[in-house]
Amino acid sequence: MEASATPVGGGRSVLERSSLSRLPDRVLKWGLISLAVLILALIVYFFIRLIGESGSTFSTFGLSFIFGNDWDVSRNIYHGAPLVVGTLITSGIALVLGVPVAVATALYITELCPRRLRAPLSMLVDLLAAVPSVVYGLWGVFFLAPKLLGAEKWFANTFSFIPWIGGGASTATPTNYFIASLVLAIMILPIVSAISREVLATVPQEHKEAALALGATRWEMIRMAILPYARPGIVGGAMLGLGRALGETIAVVLLIGDAPVIGKHLFSQGYSLAAVIANEFGEATGIHRSALFAAGLVLFVLTLLVNIVARAYVARGTRGHRDAGGTAGAVMVAADEGPIQ
Amino acid sequence: MSALSLPETSARRRRTDKVMRATLLVATLVALIPLLLIIYYLLKEGLGSINANFFTQDPTGSYFGSVGGVRSAILGSLEMVLVATVISVPIGIGVALYLTEYGKDSRFADVVRYFVDVMTGVPSIVFGLFIFITLVLAHVGGNFTAWKASVALALLMLPIIIRSAEVVLLLVPSSLREAALALGAPRWRVISKVVLPTALPGLITGSLLAIARAMGETAPLLFTVAGATGLTFSLSQQMNALPLQIYNDILSPRAAVISQAWAAGLTLVALVLILNLIARAFSRRSRLA
Repeated sequence: MEASATPVGGGRSVLERSSLSRLPDRVLKWGLISLAVLILALIVYFFIRLIGESGSTFSTFGLSFIFGNDWDVSRNIYHGAPLVVGTLITSGIALVLGVPVAVATALYITELCPRRLRAPLSMLVDLLAAVPSVVYGLWGVFFLAPKLLGAEKWFANTFSFIPWIGGGASTATPTNYFIASLVLAIMILPIVSAISREVLATVPQEHKEAALALGATRWEMIRMAILPYARPGIVGGAMLGLGRALGETIAVVLLIGDAPVIGKHLFSQGYSLAAVIANEFGEATGIHRSALFAAGLVLFVLTLLVNIVARAYVARGTRGHRDAGGTAGAVMVAADEGPIQ
Repeated sequence: MSALSLPETSARRRRTDKVMRATLLVATLVALIPLLLIIYYLLKEGLGSINANFFTQDPTGSYFGSVGGVRSAILGSLEMVLVATVISVPIGIGVALYLTEYGKDSRFADVVRYFVDVMTGVPSIVFGLFIFITLVLAHVGGNFTAWKASVALALLMLPIIIRSAEVVLLLVPSSLREAALALGAPRWRVISKVVLPTALPGLITGSLLAIARAMGETAPLLFTVAGATGLTFSLSQQMNALPLQIYNDILSPRAAVISQAWAAGLTLVALVLILNLIARAFSRRSRLA
């Protein structure tokens, strides 16, 4: 936006500023650009250092660090399959438990509930995101885990014919895969619900009205007009929830039981990538420490992949009548942050 | 329906509709149960341990006698988060300004946006590891220190601040910018006198949400400041923090320590909620959006 008026002597406009007075502008522009470059460089640098620090683990154990099932600190053997499996199982169950409830909540709030209740209900669900994970851990350890132990035993007994559930009744402990997954499900609920609400809000009013005009009931309208339209965005939201669940540390370390084995059933103790780092970090040295860095690297790459896919989905989902993917990212950041929309 | 009577919706379809609507309502109620239970138990177990000592004494960490209070944890949390804010807010708003005022739709700006989005999804424990590797292992200015925790928290806050600031800055009407430019104001004055003041409430909202998030983080603190029980304000020492104190208290076998953990949890949730409420108030005041 340079001022361009009739040029006078020397090809400079009378309105054009001297190069000296434009200096602050240049400084600001390049200062801001270098800030942005700095952020990118930092992330790349961190990533390279993390790979460097976990290098000795991968050169010692190779791929069995991920696929081998033997994590034994006393023998200095670090085959991390129990951690990877624990992380995937707990996050997977958390999705199965949390996403349907989150989407149902979003549907109820955007489509069914009285207009007056919309804002307060959204706020209440978002409040779940404001609870720090250590408080979830506290509540899980001293309230949820002991309270649910009886129900878990009953469930394992009654449905003992289902593989991975049966046989666990006698050995069920207060901390196990299930309880960690349940708390994770509660923790991802507000994120998935908030993103789903955003996505549902982009469904064109005409689609809904058209469905109703054709004689659809409310539910048929939701099933046939809203859900197909919003599906990519909801899938993306669920995957962002998955990303959150994979990396959750404190609540899981307190609830998963911290046993470095692959649990035989739903109610047995296990371990997760994030939990092992937090728990064993204090006394780790040498190859042990490097193995924990390697666990961190695996976790980082895993969450990175999930997030990249999720963002692609959400960007597709909210592109509807909003301007470009820029808003989608912001929507997700805002959704991550809880009580404000 | 006189002239043109429509066929009635069949009973089966109406039943399905009713059942599904009820299911959605029930799911919403189910979603609210954990929140109520958490708040109820925080109040029930925590209120009893909150007294004058709770705010004026430091945790003793001993197995016998008084458990003390959590003064050092509250003040430590506040100090570390404050320093993290001082680091991350200017950088975050700066990057957002680059994105909205200069970068716009350029290739590089898109790369920055993408990285920032991806950063949001990085688990906080990984940020802790980053700082541990680059600052703690390398013994930059001591081992475990409070300022390193602040840096880790700042990293965590950055993507939140950048993205929320970008949204708010984009909402500043371009007619305002154009008017100022047409009056002959240089770009830096347009930004400092027009864009930033207009966007201020929104910028504050985003920053406060980032602060609230950083307040409750435990994992990055484990690797950077490692905790302490005594009170210190020195950023180059180990420092206590509320989430760390709660985490350590949970692992304690003493009942008194555990009720202290509930009280500390109640305090932490209250702090985070207050920050959220203030952020909400600012976002209401905003003339944009």
